[in-house]
Amino acid sequence: MIEARNLTKTFRDRKRGEIHAADDISFRVLPGQIYGLLGANGAGKTTTMRLLATLLRPTRGTAVVAGFDVCAAPEKVRANIGFLAASTALYGRLTARETIAYFGQLNGLKDAEIKARTQRLADELDMGEFLDRRCEKFSTGMKQKTSIARTLIHDPAAMVFDEPTVGLDVMAARTIVRFVRDCRARGKTVIYSTHVMSEVEKLCDVIGIIHGGRLLAEGSLADLRTRYREQDMEEIFVRAVGGEPAAASPGGRS
Amino acid sequence: MKWRNIATIYFKELRDLLRDRRTVISMIVVPTLIMPGLMLVVGLISYRIVNEARSTVPTIMVIGGDDSPLARGALAAVGKVAIVPNTSDWKQRIADKKVRAVVEFPAGFDAALKNGEPAAIKIYHYEGELRSTFAVNEVRRFFTDYLDQVVAARLAGRGLPAGFVRPFEVRAENVAPPEKVGGNVIGGIIPYFFLLLSFTGAMYPAMDLTAGEKERGTMEMILCSPVARVDLVLGKFFMVLTASLTTVVCSLLSMGCTFLAGGALLNNALGDGAGGVTRAVTLPTLDPLGVLAVIGMVVPMAVLFSAVLLTVSLFAKSFKEAQTYVSPLVILIILPAVVGMLPGVELNARLALVPILNVSLVSKELVSGVWHWNYLGLIFGSTCVYAGVALALAVKMFNREDVIFRT
Repeated sequence: MIEARNLTKTFRDRKRGEIHAADDISFRVLPGQIYGLLGANGAGKTTTMRLLATLLRPTRGTAVVAGFDVCAAPEKVRANIGFLAASTALYGRLTARETIAYFGQLNGLKDAEIKARTQRLADELDMGEFLDRRCEKFSTGMKQKTSIARTLIHDPAAMVFDEPTVGLDVMAARTIVRFVRDCRARGKTVIYSTHVMSEVEKLCDVIGIIHGGRLLAEGSLADLRTRYREQDMEEIFVRAVGGEPAAASPGGRS
Repeated sequence: MKWRNIATIYFKELRDLLRDRRTVISMIVVPTLIMPGLMLVVGLISYRIVNEARSTVPTIMVIGGDDSPLARGALAAVGKVAIVPNTSDWKQRIADKKVRAVVEFPAGFDAALKNGEPAAIKIYHYEGELRSTFAVNEVRRFFTDYLDQVVAARLAGRGLPAGFVRPFEVRAENVAPPEKVGGNVIGGIIPYFFLLLSFTGAMYPAMDLTAGEKERGTMEMILCSPVARVDLVLGKFFMVLTASLTTVVCSLLSMGCTFLAGGALLNNALGDGAGGVTRAVTLPTLDPLGVLAVIGMVVPMAVLFSAVLLTVSLFAKSFKEAQTYVSPLVILIILPAVVGMLPGVELNARLALVPILNVSLVSKELVSGVWHWNYLGLIFGSTCVYAGVALALAVKMFNREDVIFRT
């Protein structure tokens, strides 16, 4: 389970003063559920995801991931999550197998276990052909598969996806979407941030609309459609954020 | 802190860096091949210049002396200098390096010698110019011999022994061991090389492992793993330190080989006549234990450099930005090391606390076979403290969100 409790992150900027990138955000994601965090660029999605992954420390509030508090036991939290973002890359000079093994070792797995799991993941993701080649020459699809295997090697209970399909072509994006669904099917707790309306429609069990660092609306797709009396997700989003989003909030993609 | 994680990170970084051609070049190839190559080339060129200057007979001009055929004839007969006809613009000709020196005989020199009257020979030359100095040396040598001959003749004329005007001799004897002489000649250069190489060896990996990772987007990925930040820093730090020390060891080995093989080769090839010059430049005797002790002093220095470089480059967003921060640091390394090489700068308790300079100064003593244990302890201790502080700072930087996610 992932539970955010009044999660707040404030950045100080010399020119712009205090920026509330995440402002009193609370939500709960259950195992076997995909929670979609929908927001425009600069809405606070990445900050929230980084707070959950313990890359950033909350200014106020906290979150509990897989039974561990992000403030009290950040290393335990990291041991129980898989984090995949469009901005994360692979070590170009390592092979796919070495990359996966590296993260297995860092997660405290034994060599035999790493070997068995790598083989299983490689079979599932059809990686056999490029498993022992260096990542620097991979196509986008190969890189995505390696990244997925890397996040799954320690079989985490919770998965955090931060705009994982940004910049990907249709086929690579579909691989990711299929993988997210697989995670739900395996009973993992999944949180998925995006600004693509169709993705949340297709994937998410619960949708949270975030804008200016605040969580403005939350519910299933059916709930939101009833509440805003709109069928189209884009229309629902615009109404939830209070009109046309003329400009991104001052938070920036932080 | 988990040593298993530190080791995992260390070996991954090692494998990663060894697969990078740029690192292998800066860590192994450059210190092994280029440094000794450079030394040999410089040695050969300077040997050739000196040798050429020596083998060429210097041209001189003689002013006056038409009424002194004896002395003038003797000078011309020596053959170590070539006398050219004199011109009125002789000063300009010395400046133009057409003539290396001009000898001026006073009027009636031969007669003055015969009558026992005082007389002075003048040698005009160009101060600081190598070939002019050679010419002056030759002319002086001739006149010293000529003077001795005149004195001997006068003594013989009066029936006195040759030792009459030389009642005693003054002789200077060297008591410094050969290591000390060698130490003074190149003692300043050896630690300077090691300090510089330990810095340059750490430079590239430190930037690649921090700013480079940020730029490539792999930093975020590793920060999401359950590894503690301190383990991450230490794993990376040990890698940078390894690169730094590998560079030093490679350069030490290749320098040793250059001295042994290169020196012998040069001496064989150039023969005995050249030996005097070459030996002084390339074959000074050093205390081998002292050289090892210098490496021992460079180790905490390398720790300091590695930690500082990690901290500084972590602050940068990209490899290029890291380069702009790190390049000026090289001057900070060179300055104290150069001051340490200056003759007359001696080690004292206060200087023993100045990083880099202290190692540079004590190394000069060590390669000369002089062991100041109290200073050695003070320097080693203080450098360890600085290194520890720098490492703690690196860990602190890795814990700062605004540094890791600087945009």
